[in-house]
Amino acid sequence: MKLEIAHLSKSFGALKVTDDVSLAVAPGEIHAIIGPNGAGKTTLIAQLSGQLAPDAGRVILDGQDITGRSMAERVHMGLARSFQITQVLPGFTVLENVALAVQARRGSSFRFFARVAEEAALNRAALDALAEAGLDDRAHVVARALSHGEHRRLELAIALATGPRVLLLDEPLAGVGGEEADAFVARLKALKGRLTMVLIEHDMEAVFALADRVSVLVYGQVIATGAPDAVRSDPQVRAAYLGEEEESAA
Amino acid sequence: MAEAAIPAPARRPVLAGRVKAALVLFGLFAALPPVAAAAGDPFLVLIATRILAYAIAAMALDLILGFGAMVSFGHAAYLGFGAYAVAILASFGITDIFVQIACAAGVSALFALVTGAISLRTRGVYFIMITLAFGQMAFFFFISLSAYGGDDGVGLRSRSTLFGTDLLENDVTLFYVTLAVLAALFLACHRIVGSRFGRVLTGIRENPVRMEAIGFTPFRYQLTAFVISGMMTSVAGVMLANQAEFVSPAFMSWHRSGELIVMVVLGGIGTLAGAIGGAVAALVLEEALGMMTEHWPFWFGLFLVLMVLFSPRGITGFVEKLGRRRP
Repeated sequence: MKLEIAHLSKSFGALKVTDDVSLAVAPGEIHAIIGPNGAGKTTLIAQLSGQLAPDAGRVILDGQDITGRSMAERVHMGLARSFQITQVLPGFTVLENVALAVQARRGSSFRFFARVAEEAALNRAALDALAEAGLDDRAHVVARALSHGEHRRLELAIALATGPRVLLLDEPLAGVGGEEADAFVARLKALKGRLTMVLIEHDMEAVFALADRVSVLVYGQVIATGAPDAVRSDPQVRAAYLGEEEESAA
Repeated sequence: MAEAAIPAPARRPVLAGRVKAALVLFGLFAALPPVAAAAGDPFLVLIATRILAYAIAAMALDLILGFGAMVSFGHAAYLGFGAYAVAILASFGITDIFVQIACAAGVSALFALVTGAISLRTRGVYFIMITLAFGQMAFFFFISLSAYGGDDGVGLRSRSTLFGTDLLENDVTLFYVTLAVLAALFLACHRIVGSRFGRVLTGIRENPVRMEAIGFTPFRYQLTAFVISGMMTSVAGVMLANQAEFVSPAFMSWHRSGELIVMVVLGGIGTLAGAIGGAVAALVLEEALGMMTEHWPFWFGLFLVLMVLFSPRGITGFVEKLGRRRP
């Protein structure tokens, strides 16, 4: 599924957080958006997912203008997101968190008597999504008891369980490091091709391991888009953003 | 099969425990009339019927307050709709309790649909204030209804009829019918909470942003729950009118709405059985303290403060803690 962004703009007061952003994310592609803190990455995701309305511009999903659609409508059209700050239902079990996402697209939720916990089809689909996120062994733990890394995996499992064709991932690796991060990257890699993904991430190793193309966002503007290697060597990008990182890494 | 490998969910026993607690309460209530007769105090049965009616209302409020995080401060309006459905229909010669309940529930559904749709545009304190305002509007409407006694209310010439009989004229029968209604509505609420709908409602309480991000529109589910709760509360009003054989706007004053919230909080928010226990505790305390001192509201308030401080999850939390200490 193709996602196009045309001349998207958003201001908070005098501050332009999204400044005439245009992007085309090809079907099956992993398109990474990188940029320094405060570049407007999360605000961009919020506009793509429908959480925030842009001041101008359009969001087009598979040729259909979805700019005015609600968040819930977009999810039903196959556009799902994960959150940078984990958003789960803390009092629900891991399985219930994910089964609810399955329920949202399977049948009516205006059913008042049958026990939802006994719906095998929901639980099975939820377990599949949990397996893909590597969390199926924790299915019956209450979400608030999970570790940070497990929370990140639950966040991914919930997004997958909505049955997306385009997945917006807002820093899925935030606060995750070492082997856990490697395993997470491997899981995202396994999803590659099946889903179109927009990936916001600070972990450059992960970005260059996963992304087909990279766009660099600085002060709300896309200053470069291209293959990871091309972007990495772009002098403008190095000056604005990557330079300092690579220097500090070296 | 894949499901066979999953260990049973850990929260199950808690739910089952609460159903058991409700069954114990119902059993105790069922035993009350013979005990009262033996003790030579038949008036107890009437007091208990009043408690049961309030238990219905408190439980219905808990459905939205506890599971949907909607603090309605105007729920007494639905008690009033139920009570006035009895009085007004009776004045036209319609005394059948099922017709009265249907009318009460119909009017309540409409009122809840309109006021809920407006109230749900707001959150938190504003939701509380706006439901209070709608409740007061209903209250003043019935005060101005001079054909039915206005401020003074109106007495019922007779209680409702059941299948064309005057069985409800007997206090004990009315008591058992009210108990049956409470048990049936408890079962309904319990099923709703465990259903697809209930899971969505509880999910919205836990994190509305997350629910939208997986494709739910919270408003629809919250409004539906609000309507269901209003309809159930009106049934309590029907039973209350029959118990008192009298109907007045006092049933729907904002004090009543507040008392319903107190019952839910006292019993333990989001527990259903707790709301029933809360109604019992609040009304028994009111009666008992009222007999001892005219300053009973002070002592009741003190009790409430201590309860909220030391057992925020109400009587339910208290009982469950005791249960865990003595396995």
